[in-house]
Formats: sequence, C-alpha cells, structure tokens
Amino acid sequence: MLEALIEPLQYSFMQRSLVIAVLVGIICAVVGSYLMVQRLALLGDAISHSVLPGLAIAFMIGADIFVGAFIAGVLSTVVITLIRTRSPIKEDAAMGIVFSAFFALGITLITIIQKDNKIDLNHFLFGNILGVTFDEVRNTAIISAIVVTVVVLLYKELLFYTFDPLGAQAAGLPVNLLNFGLMVLIALTIVASLTAVGVILVLALLITPGATAYLLVKRLNQMMILGAVIGIVASISGMYISYFFNLPSGPAIVLVASAFFTLALLFSPSQGILTYPQSNSDSYHLWRELKSLIRIKN
Amino acid sequence: MKTLFFPTSADSQPAPVLKKNSMDSSAAIIVSNLEVQYRNVLALQDVSLVVRLGGITGIIGPNGAGKSTLIKAMLGLTPVTNGIVLYNDEPLINQLDKVAYVPQRSQIDWSYPATVWDVVLMGRVRKAGWFRRFSSVSRQMAAAALERVGMSDYRDRSIGQLSGGQQQRVFIARALAEEAEIFCFDEPLAGIDKKTEAVIFDIFHELANAGKIVLVVNHDLGEAITHFNDLILLNTQLIASGSRTAVLSQENMNRAYRGQVVFFEGEAA
Repeated sequence: MLEALIEPLQYSFMQRSLVIAVLVGIICAVVGSYLMVQRLALLGDAISHSVLPGLAIAFMIGADIFVGAFIAGVLSTVVITLIRTRSPIKEDAAMGIVFSAFFALGITLITIIQKDNKIDLNHFLFGNILGVTFDEVRNTAIISAIVVTVVVLLYKELLFYTFDPLGAQAAGLPVNLLNFGLMVLIALTIVASLTAVGVILVLALLITPGATAYLLVKRLNQMMILGAVIGIVASISGMYISYFFNLPSGPAIVLVASAFFTLALLFSPSQGILTYPQSNSDSYHLWRELKSLIRIKN
Repeated sequence: MKTLFFPTSADSQPAPVLKKNSMDSSAAIIVSNLEVQYRNVLALQDVSLVVRLGGITGIIGPNGAGKSTLIKAMLGLTPVTNGIVLYNDEPLINQLDKVAYVPQRSQIDWSYPATVWDVVLMGRVRKAGWFRRFSSVSRQMAAAALERVGMSDYRDRSIGQLSGGQQQRVFIARALAEEAEIFCFDEPLAGIDKKTEAVIFDIFHELANAGKIVLVVNHDLGEAITHFNDLILLNTQLIASGSRTAVLSQENMNRAYRGQVVFFEGEAA
C-alpha cells in the first residue's frame, strides 16, 4: 500500500503536484477561515469565478496569467463594493451579477482562444494538479509565503476586525485598509489554487476544511491550523485519486474534504449531531429556545 | 488593582468636575451641528451639545431616535453629512486611541471562534502596535480587567457559551483594557441580569470618579436611570441635554415621546 503511494513520487510531475497540494491545502484553509467567520463564503465563490477573464486576457497579450487572474479577482471585489455602496442593490445580488458577468466573459474569451492555442478550458474550471509546471509551483510558493507572512503579522488586527468591525474602527484601526488587504489575500489564494482545484471548486477548499475544524476547536488560530492539516490531507488524497483513476483533481480533492466535513458534522465531540452531549439541562435549554422562537412568531 | 486602570499620564489627570455647560470648556466633548442622513432619511438633525468629564451621561429617546447613530457619528463609525465633534479642541476622530467603544451585543456574531481571553486582548491591539505580539503589560492589563468584571474563571471559555450578561461583562473588560479616556457603550443594559447590572454601574461610577467620560445609550427608562448624572434626550433632533433632573421634565419627555407610552414616573425629582 505504502509502496504504491511512494512509487509515483519518483516522477518529477508528481513531486511538483505534491508541493502544490501541500501549499494550497495550507493557504486555502487559513484565508478561508476569515471568509467563513465573516459569513462571506459567497464572496470567495464570486472572486474565484471572476478571475477567468483576467486569465484569458493575460494569455492573449502574453502576460503572466497569474497576474491577469489576480487583477480580475481584485477588480471584481471593487465592482461589487461599488454597486453595493452606490446603488440600492444589496451585496448578495451585486455578487451574483458581477461574478456571473465576469465568468461569462471568461468562458467566451477562453473558447475563442482555444481554437488557435493549446489551452484547455477544463483545466481552469476543474483543475489539473498533475499538469502543473515548475513556474506554477514557484508562483504558488511565493504567493503562499506572502499570504502566510501577512496573516501571521496581522493576526491580532484581523481577529479584532473580523470579530467586531465597529469596535476595531472605534479603536482607531484602519478598517478599510484591513478589509482591502483581506480581499487581496483571498484573490491571491484563489489564483494560487487555480491549477489544483479550478475556479468552480476552489470555494470548497476555502470553506470546507475551515468549517470542519470549526466543529472541533474553539479559537480562530486553532481553526486555521487544523483546517490546514485537513486541507493538506484532502489535496494530497485528491492528487492520488486523480493519478490512479485519471479523474480531474479538483472534484477528487473536494470530495475528500467533504467526507472529512461529514465525519466532523456527525461525530464532533462538542458539536456532532450524533455525539452532542444530551444532558437534561441541555434538552431543557433546547425546549426553552423552541418556546422563545414560538413566542417571537406570535 | 483598581488603580491599574487609571495611570496618571499628562493628559488624563482627573479634571475638576465641570458644573457649567459652557461651550468654551476645552476638556470635554463638544458636538456642533451634527447631522446624519441615510438615503434621504434624516437620522440626526443639527445636534449640538457638550458631554462633560467625570460624570455618567445617558443617551435616551424613543425607538429610532438616533441614539446609537449619535455615538457612531461622534466616533466617525457612520458617515456624517454635517457638523464636527471636538475633544480637547481637536477633532475626536483623530484621537480614537483615547476611545473605548462597546457595540450592541446584537451586532456581534457570538458563534465566532474566540475565547473570552481572545476578546479581552482585543482591547490591547491598538496599544500593542503593528506586527507585534502582546506584551506582558498588555496581558496583565487584560487579566486585571477580566478580574474586575468577575470573569477570570471563564478565561478559556468560548464566547458563544456565555450568558448575555457574561458576554456584556467580557466586553466591558475589553473596554477597560483599552486604557481609554472616553468610554462609549451602546445599550449595555439590554437583556442582562441584575448582578451584571450592578457590576456595570459600579464600574461606570469608578470611571466617572477617575475623570473619564462615560457615554451610555440606554433604552430603558426604569430605575436604572437614577445612576446617570447627565442625560441627552433625543428624537432625531436634540430635545434637551444637561443634568438628569433638568432633562427629565414632563415637557421634555412629552416632546421626545410624543404621546407614546412612557414608563417613567417622575423619579427625577
């Protein structure tokens, strides 16, 4: 069994995939934890779909596709904010409008490019971790270093801001800057993860490992660390599944991560559906909450 | 333990209590012509007042009177369409390092993955400085603040597991840890137990006696109101401000509440 897992690693493409899997597992869980605690999961989805046109345009003009994708990702958050603040349209609708428009433009552009070039839309949509080049590994490593360094240096400020934005602003923290910094981190993370999981499923790698950890621990830093471990295991497993069964890596990674989440959901010692301690006082508590709900409706 | 919170620095020495509500006093918050407008709805209209040092000031008024908006506008947390707020003759929004603000409990996501200790330490983020870890002084301040509100035993508890009163006390501890000169509390008495209410007013009195500004949005007009020295009575416009007894006149209350039921029964006298 172990030999079967180690044997493929003699190939250099497998070594590159392994590095990407570890890096992506770490940064997605760390940055995704911020998305989850701010209830901004949908924003992660919006940014990831929005990077596609940037990627295509960069390819057309011969620029680095990572840079193009990053610019489009940040631009989408700017447009979403503009619509939200300058019109009566609410944030969720603004996200839906912007990301589908960007995504449609991206698909259109890539379909046009595809006719003359060896570029495969499916790789961007669903990921192809086994096909990453050395340059992509290097870019992902640089981005990961930046993301982790920023999160470590600004941990206490970002904790304060994401928990209590008003309190942080009243204490004199530059909350707009922190918010923009967080958007940049999210865009960077998505760009770095594209090759492994693709734009459609990167959301799962951002949210699922962190959410799984959230059911097991009680502090943000613990959530990030445990989430990173789960993310790494999921992406390495996905890589092997992709290798042995010739499947796209994105869905494989996401399915493993989702399986972990299901286990935590059912069996978490403190929050599990099947294992939650059901003492008398707790059921009393539940009953009281139900009653208070009924009272509000009346 | 108590002295720990109020180190006498050059600009925070307990000032003499200001008896007069004069507009020229420099050691107080002076609000001039403050106006806030949300999409064609006027939330605050031309509010001018003085908040003095060394007293507990309550902000009261009916629902939607702009009580929370007044505090947020004073601290620059909500866009202001007109007016200025000065503290020591300088704009208050440039001196937010002297402010501790506690939002309404309902504005916080209490399922956030943080412990009591994490939240109290947030009060030290600004003092600790960028890119740095919390110093041992910061940890001591946070521990002392937690002790002051009687929550030391809950240090490692998840904030979501606390009762409403306990959550409020953790927030008060966070404010104490900030070593501020101006303390702003938005509805700190909403949905809390008697024990917490006693702890909170004890701390408010202590802060006021140390020459701090204590500004409290208060919805309830019950007996708790006797703890306030000064009141600001709002209904979009300023109805009255000044000493409690002067503000709570029947005429002022009628103007503010306009026929709504008022629980208040003249205990001001």
